[in-house]
Amino acid sequence: MEQIPSKMKEEPNIMSCSAFQAQLPELIGTGTPLVFHPHIQNCDDCRALLADLENIAEAARKLLPFEEPPDELWKQIEAAIKKQNQYSDPA
Amino acid sequence: MPRSRFPSQPPRPPRDPTGEARKGETPAQSPFSTPVPSELATASNPVEADVLALAQKGDHFAFAQLYSLHKRRIYTLCLRMVGNKAEAEDLTQEAFLQLYRKIGTFRGDSAFSTWLHRMAINVVLMHLRKKGLPVSSLDEAMEPALSDRPARGFSAPDLNLAGSIDRMALERAIATLPAGYRLAFILHDIKGYEHNEIAAMLDCSLGNSKSQLHKARLKLRDALRAYPRQEERR
Repeated sequence: MEQIPSKMKEEPNIMSCSAFQAQLPELIGTGTPLVFHPHIQNCDDCRALLADLENIAEAARKLLPFEEPPDELWKQIEAAIKKQNQYSDPA
Repeated sequence: MPRSRFPSQPPRPPRDPTGEARKGETPAQSPFSTPVPSELATASNPVEADVLALAQKGDHFAFAQLYSLHKRRIYTLCLRMVGNKAEAEDLTQEAFLQLYRKIGTFRGDSAFSTWLHRMAINVVLMHLRKKGLPVSSLDEAMEPALSDRPARGFSAPDLNLAGSIDRMALERAIATLPAGYRLAFILHDIKGYEHNEIAAMLDCSLGNSKSQLHKARLKLRDALRAYPRQEERR
């Protein structure tokens, strides 16, 4: 049975946790600050969830986006292309 | 003296049109705020457009420039997907060989980088299948069943990830994600692509891309919460 935060019991027009969480993929990234969402303002658990997800996204942004391949890789690709051209164009 | 068909090292482009920074980088922006409009469509960089046109005509020097422009993005994608440098190099090589074979078919319906990424993603997914990851599990990763939702309720009160997230823990957790989730997370949260671009690369709907990303973050949350307990046992 779904847990309903006590504060929400007093405000029946506010959606349940599962209904809110089902909408999260769409809500996140729309640009609307979710901190002002009625459910978030009344639910500590979902507020904590949202904070965690934001932390994860923020941590991911700090991971180095690019790694440098070794210089030799181009030589290997070059050799493979030459080999391929020999097969396709024997003359 | 005729120029060699291939340069010994790929030339450095005058300016990297793909940029060194993360795509859509806006440092002050919250990760959940409005996405920066993407340059998806055909608004490609003029430098790259010229190089691309030459490469399509068979100019190998231009192809080497394309390699220089995109090698980091493609290699990093492969590396994060397989977690092994040797495999990532093989996959990068295969992706650029496919590019060499198919570059003449690029018609500019999407950004070149999106088109190339899609090619690389297909190479990676094929590799993962060959390694024994069942095709069905990849499909499920892109269209997960209800049973694949995180087992525990998301909202137990003690779930907060305290403070900053350990980089190593995050890297490890990413490596454990199902391939489809991992792809969505890498492309969006690490590489900075927008959902419309990811949907084009993965040939899925916008909603599917959002759903994959969200579920990836939820799984990472679970994994990261388990991390301190695993460390304590060591």
